[in-house]
Amino acid sequence: MVTMSPTTDPGIRIRTSVREAEPKPAVAATAIEMKDVTLSYGDNQVLHGITMDIADRQVTAFIGPSGCGKSTLLRCINRMNDLIDNVTTGGHIRVKGTDVAAPGTDVIEIRRRIGMVFQKSNPFPKSIYENVVYGLRIAGIRDRHVLDEACERSLKGAALWEEVKDRLPESGLSLSGGQQQRLCIARAIAIEPEIVLMDEPCSALDPIATVKIEELIYTLKEKYTIVIVTHNLQQAARVSDRTAFFWLGRLVEYGPTPDMFTKPGEKLTEDYITGRFG
Amino acid sequence: MSGLKQFFRRGDPFIWLTGSALGTCLLLIGGLIVVILVNGLGYFWPRPLVKATLTDGTAVLGELAAREAIPDPGTPNHLKKHRVQIKVGNRELTGADFRWLRDDEITALENPPEAVSVERREYGAFFGFPKVLKDGDTELASGFGLLAALGPRLAQAARDRDEIRRLEKGDIGEINRQLELVRLDLRGLDLRKDDPDVAERRRELTEKAARAEELYKQKQAELQTVYERAARGAVVFTAVDGQEKELRLLDVYRVYPTNALGRFQRARIYFGRLWGFMMDDPREANTEGGIFPAIFGTVMMVMIMSIAVVPFGVIAALYLREYAREGVMLRVVRIAVNNLAGVPSIVYGVFGLGFFVYFVGGSIDRIFYPERLPTPTYGTGGILWASMTLALLTVPVVIVAAEEALAAVPRSMREASVAVGATKFQTILRVVLPAAAPGILTGMILAMARGAGEVAPLMITGVVKLAPELPLDGVFPFFHLERKFMHLGFHVYDVGFQSPNVEAAKPMVYMTTIFLLLIIILLNLTAILVRNHLRKKYRTSAF
Repeated sequence: MVTMSPTTDPGIRIRTSVREAEPKPAVAATAIEMKDVTLSYGDNQVLHGITMDIADRQVTAFIGPSGCGKSTLLRCINRMNDLIDNVTTGGHIRVKGTDVAAPGTDVIEIRRRIGMVFQKSNPFPKSIYENVVYGLRIAGIRDRHVLDEACERSLKGAALWEEVKDRLPESGLSLSGGQQQRLCIARAIAIEPEIVLMDEPCSALDPIATVKIEELIYTLKEKYTIVIVTHNLQQAARVSDRTAFFWLGRLVEYGPTPDMFTKPGEKLTEDYITGRFG
Repeated sequence: MSGLKQFFRRGDPFIWLTGSALGTCLLLIGGLIVVILVNGLGYFWPRPLVKATLTDGTAVLGELAAREAIPDPGTPNHLKKHRVQIKVGNRELTGADFRWLRDDEITALENPPEAVSVERREYGAFFGFPKVLKDGDTELASGFGLLAALGPRLAQAARDRDEIRRLEKGDIGEINRQLELVRLDLRGLDLRKDDPDVAERRRELTEKAARAEELYKQKQAELQTVYERAARGAVVFTAVDGQEKELRLLDVYRVYPTNALGRFQRARIYFGRLWGFMMDDPREANTEGGIFPAIFGTVMMVMIMSIAVVPFGVIAALYLREYAREGVMLRVVRIAVNNLAGVPSIVYGVFGLGFFVYFVGGSIDRIFYPERLPTPTYGTGGILWASMTLALLTVPVVIVAAEEALAAVPRSMREASVAVGATKFQTILRVVLPAAAPGILTGMILAMARGAGEVAPLMITGVVKLAPELPLDGVFPFFHLERKFMHLGFHVYDVGFQSPNVEAAKPMVYMTTIFLLLIIILLNLTAILVRNHLRKKYRTSAF
């Protein structure tokens, strides 16, 4: 069961504010529709027919024990699993109407519409500026003015502008861990995606940096649909509107976050969130 | 007993074993370098001249070269008596550069202060006493005092030499080149008879040739004047045995009374000779003079090789690492690439000769230089083909290093690039290659070190004992990649084992080796500095 410490914890503030701003989950439009998604690495099937809808401009959290397939499912959405040899997939994933999983889909186009933030911050060994505008550059944008504007907008969006605005030519690797992760978020939103996928974005960060990222997620959902994979149940409770619990490659339970944590429908979910396994 | 067991269990003997293995390696390398330095660096130091008076009344003048015990096995005198080796010089008078003298033959040893060493164009060193300085038939000075007057005259002679060289190689060389071009154009006209403009063009060319011929006569006359003026100055020396030797000032490079010089003056001569060794052309079948063309050829060859081998190796490594599907085939290819590094270099030389020189070069000649045939242009050994052969020889090293560097680029960095919509090609170009650059440079350093020291394949693909022209000069098109070139490694072999006067040339071998090592170190240092800079820039890389 999620237990919150008294009011000094900044996480509380976020959670309560999430609750306050939440009387609309039922009316949200659907951003991603998944139907019977399966995936195997060679003979090893890791996703067994996942069917779920992810709401537009909300934060959806994927939770579950290690190896339950939540990251794999996340990477199906922007076809990152293509980079791995020997993967076979099945089912349909529709992102605002486009079938992402279909073989003929333009993968590059899909990835431009879906930004991604990784578990370990992975800025390029380039300047802060070049890190942010990387996606624009490879899309062929050369206009300095457009790039400058996108850089500022994205860094502001990632709540990093004030800290780095005077040192844009410095290496992205000169930033602290938390700043690097926000730089990666800025890089992901610089291409103006519709959806931002986050694969355990805080697992390598200290508590203070984690709080900053969580605050950022809360503001980002104004503009983007966010799917976040997390091992940290308290984080899922704090930042997400809806939570999906996976176990052994199956979707066990999926619903509004407060319901999931206070009155889970499945025994398995309850066992997991109360820490009986996982 | 248990103490000994403990000793073995702790691994102390193993530490000793590993430590001594490393120590032996260092000792061997250090010893090699010390031997080379000791034997090479002393060569240019002006050594005192000794005059030995012998029991038969004759005298010998020269530099003391060695002293050893006389082996006389079976008698009580075995290794009891000693003999000295004296470098007597004056090859054209005495017939040999060195002479062995037994200690009991020598009645007196002295250092005559008036004896001088002479460095000259032919016949190696001359040792003797100055007699007369002449200009034509007039005597300007005589005796030891002539040295004071000789200094400025020698400086003038050096300027005259430069002037003659400029006229011969520069002006007259240029005219000859133009005459050759005209001749080739005329031959080219012969090859296409059906062209209507041929007659007109032929007339133009003939006129041009006539003009060049005229200019040639002018320059030849100019050269003759300079030459006659310069050739008048001469200096006469007396050898220790009383023979006289007259040398034209044009042929004399340096004269100094070694025994009368102080330490500082000797140091000046030392550095002057060292500088000359580095910057001059070789003389006397490479046993005298400098090694500049060999230094130049070595550096240029290594650079051309690097320019060829790095892109080629990196592109091959990119395919192996990024595009090829893992499997048996790929493993076989990797093993084959690794084994290529073990093929004897002379085999690469033979391949280079057959493929680059005869096939590629021959084809280029047939297509682009038909008028020069049967004289080959690219169809014979040259710096380009030698560099290409070495590039082939070193490409496995670059492929292996580049593959490792590419593999060390973290997966997370590639994913970050792909996730914002980059294609694989864009990711490789913008993220993977820059991050792998330091590791790729490591491969280049290894390739350069291997390539710069290689001699065997060069001997059949373009290295020569003496190249009249550098492969890079001021004449259009500046880079003459078809030219043959000199190489320090080959120079060591040539001077040390193919020269007519091995004993006298031995120090040159050491000095050439020093320069070869220095150049390899310098080239590597440059590459290492570049690599460190890149490493700082792309800090995440494991290399």
